[in-house]
Amino acid sequence: MDKVGIPRNIFYYYDKDIVETFLSELKIPYIVSPHTNKKILEDGLKLASDEMCLSFKIYLGHINYLKDKCDYVFVPRMCNLGSDNQMCTNFMSAYDIVNNLFDIKILNYDIDYDSKHFLKKGLFKIANELKCPSGKIRKAYKVALKTYKDKKKREISINEGNLKNNKIKILIVGHPYNVYDDFIGSSIIKYLKQNDVEVIFSDRFDSEITNKLSKKISKELYFKFSKENIGSIIYAKDKIDGVIFLSTFPCAPDSLVTEITERSIDIPNINLIIDDNASFAGLETRLESFLDVLKERKND
Amino acid sequence: MTKIAFPYIGDYHVPAKFFIEKALGKEVIMPPKITKKTVEIGNKNSPEFVCSPFKYTLGTLIEALEMGADTLIQLGGGCRYGYYAEVQEKILKDLGYNFEMVNLINNGKPNFLGIYRKLKKISPKISIFKFIYYGFLTSKMVIYMDIIDSYIRENIAFELEEGSFESLKKLMLLDFSKINNFKELKNKFNYYKEEFRKLKVRKPNDFYKVGIIGELYTIMEPASNYYLEKELAKHKIEIKRFTNATYLLFEKKRFVKKNIKHVNIKYKMGADATDNIIRTQYLCDEKYDGIIHIKSSFCTPEIAAMPIISKVASDNNVPVLFFSFDTNTIETGVHTRLEAFYDMLEMRKRK
Repeated sequence: MDKVGIPRNIFYYYDKDIVETFLSELKIPYIVSPHTNKKILEDGLKLASDEMCLSFKIYLGHINYLKDKCDYVFVPRMCNLGSDNQMCTNFMSAYDIVNNLFDIKILNYDIDYDSKHFLKKGLFKIANELKCPSGKIRKAYKVALKTYKDKKKREISINEGNLKNNKIKILIVGHPYNVYDDFIGSSIIKYLKQNDVEVIFSDRFDSEITNKLSKKISKELYFKFSKENIGSIIYAKDKIDGVIFLSTFPCAPDSLVTEITERSIDIPNINLIIDDNASFAGLETRLESFLDVLKERKND
Repeated sequence: MTKIAFPYIGDYHVPAKFFIEKALGKEVIMPPKITKKTVEIGNKNSPEFVCSPFKYTLGTLIEALEMGADTLIQLGGGCRYGYYAEVQEKILKDLGYNFEMVNLINNGKPNFLGIYRKLKKISPKISIFKFIYYGFLTSKMVIYMDIIDSYIRENIAFELEEGSFESLKKLMLLDFSKINNFKELKNKFNYYKEEFRKLKVRKPNDFYKVGIIGELYTIMEPASNYYLEKELAKHKIEIKRFTNATYLLFEKKRFVKKNIKHVNIKYKMGADATDNIIRTQYLCDEKYDGIIHIKSSFCTPEIAAMPIISKVASDNNVPVLFFSFDTNTIETGVHTRLEAFYDMLEMRKRK
């Protein structure tokens, strides 16, 4: 049977539970590219245009890793989840870029709520393309959705639980494909944990609540994930000691959203922007002094 | 007393001012055109890696506020442009200015009633009749301007008397701003169409045709592309440009829907990215000598389109020159690269 390759970046951190469960319920073999390593990063840098954001460069590296290890590479397109919840344009163009740069077969669906293209329709489409017996698809979708919801619930309750902790608590505000990526966010989180900091994640809250709360900082913002990111600051603001904005160079939504947020909140914060040749040594100094500030404030 | 101001983009401040004065009955503040100083002020107060239209427009808005404007109008596009207004408002308020910000189009989707409601807030007396009448009249003016502009672009490189096209255009814009109804507008348009045809040009048998594509602000605001079109005209190059207000307002949707099948693209890639890939194919098919792609730095949709544009053009053996303009781009650098591009066009022709 045809094997599917899933790149571990960009879309992965939003839909992994649903897509992986869906595929395994249908007994479709799949592989996920490994965590970002040096080779993947370097391949990505070579393939991408200079000015693309680091995250997207890494994404292309993951596609390159998968290109001869499977029959299909999974590259969805996400346009919007309703007209006030748009995606960054890279989410809209990923499919066409990959399709033009690589000679591979792509498994693709389009999520565009404004045009009534929903996730369910998309998953059914790829199942049909892989010639799954249609009787099983509906059940697989149900199981996938339930797994996704349960997992999300668990993540949220852990995150909420951590907010009650007595340690210094820092909210990481960033896109999950950066925060959980080995080259970008992992070392920062590891460093914070080693220094006895409780790390809270901006994407692990009830997105319906955080989405609405973002209005307190910005009324006109229409990027869905940015809205939820800044909404989480409002949600957690009385329980956290500091905020770390984490983004990659040159992230389009973040360039404006971080600016307006920094001007609107009165919580200590730093803005870490990771680029192609970032070294952790430089980041460490900034993190260290940030922690010193937080500790002093806490002792006062 | 409301004093309205808005950022510059090409010559469209003429119809915009016309509309505000006639339909809203409000005073318009015209800050100086974009200069080095504008760019400096804009740069200083902007986030670090935002695309440059943000910096240019912020600079102009500050200059307008200094001149006494109290209501600012900003537009939006299908990328982060739609979010400029709110961030600029925050920055300007933090600087201590007191004003009202009106974002006519948020999140890139023009909405007729929405625009009317927002304008009604500025000018409660505006009637829907006036809004529609002057809305259509202003649109017509924009369309006429664009028709004349594309004629100029095809011919200005070959004018016999230097500056003849430019000075006639200035007169035309002045006359356009004084019209009162459709009939007067039409008469003026016909008059100037004739006048432009009367201007003497000498087109050689053999000249280069270059298409300009890219991000809309950089294309339409000459200050932000270091007067690229003028520079090309000096080299006797005929220019084809697609993006103008007429295209964005009335043609874009149909154009993409109709032509997307001609290229290996499945989706809209955001802003004008898909459009530019289609245009690249068109310019190749029409045997243009070269393509120049311009954008402001960090323009995400265009960055996504660039590798595909490169591919389409190289498959068709047409050269593409990519420019990524920022507020600190050095003009000499632009000229040197254009010079090299021009030399290359010549070499290719000789072969």
